[in-house]
Amino acid sequence: MALQSEVALSEGPTDYPRTLSTKVDRPDAAFRWVARSGGTIVVTVMTLVGLFLLIRGFEAIQAAGPNFITEQAWDPNSGNFGIAAVFMGTLFIALTAIFFALPLSFGTALYISEYAPQKIKPLLITTVDLMAAIPSIVYGLWGFFFLSPLVLPVSRWLTTYIGPWFPPFSVQGFDPDDPLATLTVFSASTFIAGIVVALMVAPITSSIMREVFQQAPLGEREGALALGATKWGMISSVVLPFGRGGIIGGTMLGLGRSLGETIAVFLIISPVFVIQPRILEKGANSISALIALRYNEASGFEISALMAAGLALFIVTLIVNFGASTIIARSRSGSESD
Amino acid sequence: MTGLLNRTEAAPQHGDDPQSELEVAAVKSTWTREANALPPAGAEPRRSTATIRVVDVIRLIGSASAAIGLTSWLYFFALPLEGELGFTLISYGLFLLLFGTLTAFDENRPTVRDRLASVVMHSLAFLLLLALFSVVVYTVGRGLEPLGFLNFFTQDMSNAGPLDDLDRGGILHAVVGTLIMITIALILTIPLGILTAIFLTEYPSRFARFVRTIVEAMTALPSIVAGLFVYAIIVQFGLTRSGFAAACAITVMMLPIVVRSADVVLRLVPGNLKEAARALGASTWRTVWTVTMPTARSGLTTAVILGTARGIGETSPVLLTAGATTFFNFNPFSGPMTSLPLTTFTFVKSPELNFIARGFGTAAVLMVLVVVLFLIARAIGGRGPGQLSARQQRARTRASRDDDYRFRARDLGLTGSKQLALSSAPNSANRRARLWQRPAPSESRPEDAASPIAYEKD
Repeated sequence: MALQSEVALSEGPTDYPRTLSTKVDRPDAAFRWVARSGGTIVVTVMTLVGLFLLIRGFEAIQAAGPNFITEQAWDPNSGNFGIAAVFMGTLFIALTAIFFALPLSFGTALYISEYAPQKIKPLLITTVDLMAAIPSIVYGLWGFFFLSPLVLPVSRWLTTYIGPWFPPFSVQGFDPDDPLATLTVFSASTFIAGIVVALMVAPITSSIMREVFQQAPLGEREGALALGATKWGMISSVVLPFGRGGIIGGTMLGLGRSLGETIAVFLIISPVFVIQPRILEKGANSISALIALRYNEASGFEISALMAAGLALFIVTLIVNFGASTIIARSRSGSESD
Repeated sequence: MTGLLNRTEAAPQHGDDPQSELEVAAVKSTWTREANALPPAGAEPRRSTATIRVVDVIRLIGSASAAIGLTSWLYFFALPLEGELGFTLISYGLFLLLFGTLTAFDENRPTVRDRLASVVMHSLAFLLLLALFSVVVYTVGRGLEPLGFLNFFTQDMSNAGPLDDLDRGGILHAVVGTLIMITIALILTIPLGILTAIFLTEYPSRFARFVRTIVEAMTALPSIVAGLFVYAIIVQFGLTRSGFAAACAITVMMLPIVVRSADVVLRLVPGNLKEAARALGASTWRTVWTVTMPTARSGLTTAVILGTARGIGETSPVLLTAGATTFFNFNPFSGPMTSLPLTTFTFVKSPELNFIARGFGTAAVLMVLVVVLFLIARAIGGRGPGQLSARQQRARTRASRDDDYRFRARDLGLTGSKQLALSSAPNSANRRARLWQRPAPSESRPEDAASPIAYEKD
């Protein structure tokens, strides 16, 4: 009987789940508001970038219609303009840059993480990051004054011996049998611009790859070595599969950065407005170089056209970078990195 | 393993008769592992633990010399080739081929692959560092000529014509312009960037994740697009080009970098520090202000300096929004203003050799500035948050000890001059007294000697 009453008492209304709430006092609420507004301002500024470009460029896009994507010439004042040539030029420069930057950064990252002596590792890491901090105009100067004369004979060799079988290496207006032919036809080409942009992009890509390689699990490394693998065998069976996401993501980040490179490209190339897949030949273009070239004498409508081109570049860069972040985040190494 | 086998073989079999005490001693030392016992004769040879194999070095030197020789023959006698770069490329290709063949004479296939891969990785890293070295040395070397003139640093270009020699004209206006622009950009970026980073770490939510995604996407914003954005605002609202507009464009470039680096650093602050502050009753903002930010101070400074280095080196935003000038302009809100990279760009576009030399000088100044900033950032931010240098550690220990004395004095009710004597003075005074052979304060004032607080004799 006593038990029954005890049971009856314990079923009282005191056992319902409480709602938990945090009582935030005023300084904390104010700080929270301030912090949120900071984040909101940053997001607003960033979205405003895209929005303003869209608003100002819309006029030109409307005037050009779907020809905006297919037209090669750039003459907004006559209504005949499109980003086909400049966008493909940007793409060719970026692809050449990645072609050179990928092995360079991969080798450097692997060297620093696997082969470098422990004492000089911090020094090497600092040096490579320093390379990323050097302004792009310095690279442009170096590329134009130093690298360009060096690369001309290589371009000529490539055109003469590989050109006949590989069309992008062919050059119009160059006769290899002509002893008086000058090398100026090779001078302001996509190839040279691609090499310089590769040097600008390689440090960033290398940093990402190196961080990923250094996170490869020690147990698996030692397991491979204990089973009798050589060092390269260990690397190719443990480190590289682990770092696959970092390699791809880093390369895509480098691609995004090389799409937007302005000043170095501007100093090296001489602009043409046709799709020019012959990368050794003089004449290239990129959207950012176009904007830097034409903004000064631009009338209102031409500014709108330049904004539209800038918007196209911005969207493509965003897509590439989002893809890169996703790949890095979803990879095996990305779950542990920042 | 071989040694163990040796030892068991050397162990006396049961029933063997040791013939002399010497033999007994010898047998004993092979049984027991005494600390000073020598390894028995016939023990395994000492292995080399060096990371570089001599045989590899020999192969490397051999194949390198053979490759250079073969390429020289090809270049000068056999084929009509020319150019230094071609020479280097062909000799490198031949070097790899010869090295691989040489290794294949003695080693099996996986080993050959391993050696070749090692050589290739070493040379790729060397190539990248060589390129960096070449960029730096070429720019500074070619820029040394105008740097020798003092007027380069003290004048602007308003009095120098296109044909003037290097002893007229300078880049002081560019330096001033860069300083003004970067100051305004920092005034805008630092509060906003650090506040956003604090928001990302202190208030995780879906909105914070969204902000973080946007910021990471914006780190790769092309610089020309940032300039174009500010230019669009200028055109939209009928403003003119100014230094302030360039500063805004630079801010747009710097903000994502500063936010992301600061976010990484703030996330590394140990959670137990923050929780300890909260447990002691501090509110969120107080925790952030007194615990999180001082702990991450070096990392935050690094983030800001790295963003600054990036912002100083940007040409295209300034090109679009501020325009280039040849004269001083101290007002950032009206009139065009130039900056160091923009001045470099303007100079090298000219066909005059003097101007190109000036351009290289400006580029050298810019590069030295960026490198110095970068090295300062590395020096400050070398440690993680919360880790102290030796000097900081000593200062912290001293401060903690002084606090300890102060609290104990307060607990014991000692006030006034005694408390002053017990605060930061005691150890240093004792130490100084010891050094100069004077009686310590506790000896001159016997009432302090009776106090229960023990002076540490260090």
